[in-house]
Amino acid sequence: MKMFDRSLIGKKYPQIIFEIKEERLKLFAKATGQSDQLYTNVKFAKEKGHPSLLAPPTFLTVVSMEQEDPYQYLKDLKIQMGKLLHANQEYIYLLPIYAGDILRMESEITDIFDKKEGSLQFVVFTSTYRNQDKVIVGKAKTTLVVR
Amino acid sequence: MSWNYREAEIGDELPSLSLEPISRSNMILYAQASGDHNPIHTDKDFAVESGLPDVIAHGMLIMAYLGRMLTDIVPQSKIENINVQFTNMTHLHDELKCIGKVVEKNFSTEINTILVSLRVEEIRGQKKILGQALININ
Repeated sequence: MKMFDRSLIGKKYPQIIFEIKEERLKLFAKATGQSDQLYTNVKFAKEKGHPSLLAPPTFLTVVSMEQEDPYQYLKDLKIQMGKLLHANQEYIYLLPIYAGDILRMESEITDIFDKKEGSLQFVVFTSTYRNQDKVIVGKAKTTLVVR
Repeated sequence: MSWNYREAEIGDELPSLSLEPISRSNMILYAQASGDHNPIHTDKDFAVESGLPDVIAHGMLIMAYLGRMLTDIVPQSKIENINVQFTNMTHLHDELKCIGKVVEKNFSTEINTILVSLRVEEIRGQKKILGQALININ
């Protein structure tokens, strides 16, 4: 297998602006089997002291998909989509994220490495998420592997 | 809930979360909700061409279940971070269980935390996710 081009370390992807809509949170809750009304019922969430529906811990993954070509990196790295797997995911949470927030995600490739004599190749993306007040609400590190 | 994260002790098992067998419709719905339309999760022909027996679940769907296990017992604002490794693919009809255990307790002047080890297992034993979460218990 051809090795990834390590000169792509440091490559930044265009920032993504994403407004969190109630409907999207409800759909995400449905898809993940979430029955806690903090994530589905605005009135309930407000009664519990939240300004709106709460975005659950893994919801930030949605933001990265909201771009014209969410798989541009596959072309950059010359990866076949069917050979790609998720290896690691890390989230650091700094502030709660709610329906109505407008997030700005900035992402870059921060590492490329291989294991098992090059038969498994890894690429690491590091992302920062800011809200409409330009405050960092969370960070993510995503490691993908090509099998 | 009988288990109280503020009174957690090392070795405590968190209330686990058992899930229905993973179905195609779980994957299709998650593709719509997440925006991750990689056909390896929704199109059997594509999955087979990619060398798999059938579609596989989104790793992030399985991580979302782990997140649910945590937010079922800890206010979400108390979760400082979550870090997971996807150790095996989740196949159609896999029956998963999310499990957590308190492995460390840390006290400092600013923040008291517990470190919880996380895993998602198929009922026949294969581990799908291994990870950990840091929980603020102030």
